[in-house]
Amino acid sequence: MRRNVQVGLTINGEAAEASFAPYKTLLEVLREDLDLTGTKHGCELGECGACAVLVDGEPKLSCLVLAVECAGKSVDTVEGLAGGAKLHPLQAAFADLGAAQCGYCTPGILMTAKALLEKEPKPTRERIKEAISGNLCRCTGYQQIFEAIEEAAERLSTEAARRNE
Amino acid sequence: MKVLGKPRRRVDGRAKVTGQTQFADDIFLPRMLHMRLLRSPHPHALIQNIDIEKAKSHLGVHLVLTGKDFPVSFGILPVTQDEYALAPEHVRYVGDPVAAVVAKDEQTATEALDLIAVQYRPLATISTPEEALTQPEPRIHAYSELGNIHRLQAFQFGDAEEALKNADCVFEDVFFYEGNTHLPIEQHAAVAAVDGEGKLTLWSSTQVPHYVHRQLARVLQMPAAHIRVVACPNGGGFGGKTDICNHEMAVAKAALALGRPVKICLNREEVFYMHRGRHPVLMKFRTGVTKEGRLAGMHLQTLVDGGGYGGYGVASTFYTGALQTVTYDLPRYKFEAARVFTNKPPCGPKRGHGTPQPRFGQEVQLDKIAEKLGMDPAELRLKNLIKPNSLTANWLKVGSIGLAECINQVTERSNWHSRYKKMPFGRGLGLACGAYLCGAGLPIYWNKMPQSGVQLLIDRSGQVTAFCGATEIGQGSDDVLAAIIAEVLGIDPFDVRCVTGDTGMTPVDLGSYSSRVTVMMGNAAIDAANKIKLQIAEAAAEQLGVSPERVSFANGKVFFENQSMTFGQAAGFAEEKFGTLGAVGSYKPPRAPGRYKGAGVGPSPAYSYTACVVEAEVDPATGWITVPKIWIAHDIGRTINPVLARGQVEGSVYMGLSEALMEEQVFRRLPPKLSGALVHKIPSLLEYKSLTSLDMPEVDTVLVEDPDPNCPFGAKEVGQGPLLPVMPAVANAIYDAVGVRIDELPITPDKVLRALEKKSKGESARVGPERFPAVPYPEPVVVPPPWEGGDGNAVQGHERTRLKVSSA
Repeated sequence: MRRNVQVGLTINGEAAEASFAPYKTLLEVLREDLDLTGTKHGCELGECGACAVLVDGEPKLSCLVLAVECAGKSVDTVEGLAGGAKLHPLQAAFADLGAAQCGYCTPGILMTAKALLEKEPKPTRERIKEAISGNLCRCTGYQQIFEAIEEAAERLSTEAARRNE
Repeated sequence: MKVLGKPRRRVDGRAKVTGQTQFADDIFLPRMLHMRLLRSPHPHALIQNIDIEKAKSHLGVHLVLTGKDFPVSFGILPVTQDEYALAPEHVRYVGDPVAAVVAKDEQTATEALDLIAVQYRPLATISTPEEALTQPEPRIHAYSELGNIHRLQAFQFGDAEEALKNADCVFEDVFFYEGNTHLPIEQHAAVAAVDGEGKLTLWSSTQVPHYVHRQLARVLQMPAAHIRVVACPNGGGFGGKTDICNHEMAVAKAALALGRPVKICLNREEVFYMHRGRHPVLMKFRTGVTKEGRLAGMHLQTLVDGGGYGGYGVASTFYTGALQTVTYDLPRYKFEAARVFTNKPPCGPKRGHGTPQPRFGQEVQLDKIAEKLGMDPAELRLKNLIKPNSLTANWLKVGSIGLAECINQVTERSNWHSRYKKMPFGRGLGLACGAYLCGAGLPIYWNKMPQSGVQLLIDRSGQVTAFCGATEIGQGSDDVLAAIIAEVLGIDPFDVRCVTGDTGMTPVDLGSYSSRVTVMMGNAAIDAANKIKLQIAEAAAEQLGVSPERVSFANGKVFFENQSMTFGQAAGFAEEKFGTLGAVGSYKPPRAPGRYKGAGVGPSPAYSYTACVVEAEVDPATGWITVPKIWIAHDIGRTINPVLARGQVEGSVYMGLSEALMEEQVFRRLPPKLSGALVHKIPSLLEYKSLTSLDMPEVDTVLVEDPDPNCPFGAKEVGQGPLLPVMPAVANAIYDAVGVRIDELPITPDKVLRALEKKSKGESARVGPERFPAVPYPEPVVVPPPWEGGDGNAVQGHERTRLKVSSA
């Protein structure tokens, strides 16, 4: 029998522990062992970007990361994006502006965009295109995704300005 | 209009951005087991023996199934019941499933697949339509019409040959459209479980729960009443989840056998094998025109590469010719088609179902005609536009047509008249148009029942629950349902709860295909909502002391002048007066005028229209194509939610451009020492090229509203039509840029370079198929067009076409 490993990590700001077969990817552990099915998969080969999550704030393809490597690290998924019942500005903009059609690539794009906006609060259209170029979307044609990220950047900077007043 | 036409967050928008939308693979049930399929490594072989003993005794394995467990075949069309959940004796493409293992987890199931020993006797492989035409043996299916020709079709609507003879100019062109696949980001998944009553539930990423329900009952030999199929929201469909899948049957059988939930999720490579995507089509157009640029007649021949099974293929083949008549006035038309079997994954319906291929040929040929006649391509099209409320040569009834406005919009917005043919070498503009169904006139299996049903439940709290079998595949069908009901009842769409795509809970709707949902579900929803509105109006009128027809519904209020009550109060009065409130509505398309056999494919309650201008930049040194901007205008009839409608148009532009420039499902032979098998060249997301965010041009989208009386509030489809003109507009733009014709898709830089090279040598500046092979088309079914005194019946050849079928 295979032995499970026991790993402690921080998921969406909460301490978590998981016991799983050592060959499992972070994607598998999130979905199968931690009930976090918000993170999706489209290939499990690092080709589609659907499984992107943040590991210590950096966007990572969770299908290419072994979960054991995440011991002691901080992992953020789409489930942790909203502040309680209030949607994150990225989520609100995606919902309002048609950036999510089937919604399957959406969690990965939201997390990738979050990492972008944390580094660059006012990215140009070109920077947005580059940042999500590893996230395939078959539904939207990307236009409404670009617009939603721009709108979220606006909303976030307005919120930040309000906080500084 | 209080709701329709206003930009809104879709009703299921919040779930999609919080990760709460539950796709099929997100379902985890207690005691759930996992299934994997063993697939054939041979493109064509007979199974001599399968030894499953080792796999069965592998630790953690619960069940191994083979073809013996599935004696009954299935198929989406009644005429092609040619598939088995697991192949019993004959495998027809690399990837054809032969065995299934159920184990405690996916890893264990995968290990056990290696322990199954299958002895195959390889057969010669039919790899191309040309081989299928010339090699009747070995036969891929015994039931095919002639050797490896699956189906032959021929129709003649007026004497097209005579029309060509009398025309001032005849244009003859051969085009090829390579096959490609849907590539939904969600891999197909299904979970089956047996409930406490011993009844089966299947959750699946399917676009067509009703058809899956019917076929499950057939294959499992179980009463349909004991089976419930739930269509989970699809993570992208595009037609790829409209067929009945092997794994749906296998996982259901396993759950019944084990009494435990069983899940299967295909991996990405398997999704490429499941396929059912765009058929590769070779086509020959002969079109006659007058010197004034009026179309006189057309003779279209198509040769359709079907892959290993029937699937929707018979309908797809009809569609390579059925809609050539609904855009331009075509007095006479002859159409001949053949679908062949080859040892490749089965093809089927992808966005536009069978029509993008001939649309590409027709619109590129029109560009050539305009060039030759010295006419502007926009003017040529405007001159030939079919009239609203008219019949076509093949007896299709066209309703509203906003195409002239679409053409005017895209030409004005792109500065077409000052830039077309006037830009420096290397830059060009191309124009093309398209038209599509708003739902197929007939269901897939012959019946006279409604094609969509909606049930409403309303109570004193003011809550409205809408039940409908329609399937949310991302296109926004739940939002359309909520919006239409909200519009009728004067409430907010968020106050409508949608219960959809569940054969155990919802009235039958045939599913999300053929762009049918807005029109069919929408009309059924209006029917149901109007019935309940009458009751509420009557009860509210009593309270307000007026007659019911003077009561209005808007903004959550039921009112007369300045006396009002909330919708919930009014519902309460109605509940008091009539008892528990509920209503059903249903929809069946109008009967189409065509009476000849084969007339079942093509009719629709309405047709949508699109015009598109593409700007292209071509680097003559490398052949590299850049598309900086696309203008598109779509006649949607009426917009229900402009946010979603625009998304459908731009998603279509994306997919069309991707098909035009790079997408192809292609095959290669392994070297002889590795079996020589015909294998998929690129069954991975990395190597199957598709546009990324970096490649996507700016898109200028216009929604033209020419309401159609057959449609709910006039609203037509928007999910498929806008894809159609994109590919030919790209090809036409490349011609304007560098003067070469690429008559096959995808248009890759190497083809452009080859054409430029030919041009520089003074040869024909064209790359594309050189010839159309001899196909033994039968004598045509002869149907006089309406203006030649016909009544919609065939006058000759009517005995041979056996099919009444339709789909998209």
